[in-house]
Amino acid sequence: MTEVNYALLKKGGFMRQRQKDNFALRLKIIAGRVRADQLPKLAEVAEKYGKGYVHLTTRQGVEIPFIQLKDIDAVKDELAKVGLTPGVCGPRVRTVIACQGDILCPYGLVNVEEIGIKADQRYYGKELPHKFKFAFSGCINSCAKPQENDFGSIGVVEPGWDGANCSQCHLCEGVCSSQAITFDSMERLQYDPAKCNLCGDCIRVCPTDCWKAKQVGHTVFVGGRIGRHPELGRELVVMVDDERLFALMDKTLDFYIKYGNRGERFGSTINRLGWDKFKSEVL
Amino acid sequence: MDTLDLRGEVCPYNFVKTKLALEELETGQILEVILDAGEPIQNVPRSVKDDGHKIIEVKKLPDGAFSLKIEKS
Ligand code: SF4
Ligand code: SF4
Ligand code: SF4
Repeated sequence: MTEVNYALLKKGGFMRQRQKDNFALRLKIIAGRVRADQLPKLAEVAEKYGKGYVHLTTRQGVEIPFIQLKDIDAVKDELAKVGLTPGVCGPRVRTVIACQGDILCPYGLVNVEEIGIKADQRYYGKELPHKFKFAFSGCINSCAKPQENDFGSIGVVEPGWDGANCSQCHLCEGVCSSQAITFDSMERLQYDPAKCNLCGDCIRVCPTDCWKAKQVGHTVFVGGRIGRHPELGRELVVMVDDERLFALMDKTLDFYIKYGNRGERFGSTINRLGWDKFKSEVL
Repeated sequence: MDTLDLRGEVCPYNFVKTKLALEELETGQILEVILDAGEPIQNVPRSVKDDGHKIIEVKKLPDGAFSLKIEKS
């Protein structure tokens, strides 16, 4: 029997199991979307080559456990027929995750699925000092947990108020979870931008459309991770457009390649070199 | 005018009940709903607006809840 190159298999999404010659195949899934026409093939492969089930990972991934070493090529070929390819493990850019943002979520401010697909095209599998995870959320509710990832963003909106039609109903004050909206003793509305978290609740609730979106964009977090030494990502910049968001991804990865030590997570690289150093190089 | 007191009712049932009550009405008729502050007030008015109805009056009640008058579209 030929010698098994485990490193190569792992890079190609096949993860060695504790059972000899058994592998869990990690598939490449982008932004959590699996098409209906791909599902029967997944089921078929899991039945025929695995143990009749798939495992859903915590990061929108799909894995087929108990694939035998001898079947690896056949499994790859079968899945390729519906456009499913093996994912990656190891020190490189991992599955890009995203919530469904403004495609369907009432809170969604931006299309983060699109951002995720583009980020995947640009960076997926890129070799780095350690694993690197992207996560994009459509609003501050942060369902895709961007702060737990090496690079993440949330959709944000800057609200603007025109009181011409305001009925002093206080609904916006009532929904604002940051106390950024108050009424003074003269019943005049006061908006404090310093307290505003850019969630857009006031815009959605106002019955007379006094609150409107002045600017929509992304707030960026970097250096987050869970694992053995959990740390939440730090806010790098507030309200950037798509173009700037991608420029920041480029620069962040360049910084990591330039300064990161082998086996060092990105957050640790920033901690070692200092937040100011990182900021001065990417902003 | 019908009044629906939804204090204590959780999301999304408060909205579902509002929606059902509005379905009973003719266009232009008014429904009053009373909602707790917090999540209900974040969700129900927005959903009512999304369905095309008009919120014509809102009053904050002494217990912190909100009374909404909704005109059916
Ligand atoms: S993060 Fe916001 S937009 Fe995304 S799913 Fe959660 S609530 Fe919806
Ligand atoms: S965007 Fe959110 S935090 Fe800012 S004023 Fe509106 S409701 Fe308050
Ligand atoms: S929700 Fe709209 S109408 Fe009501 S107080 Fe706020 S700005 Fe005025």
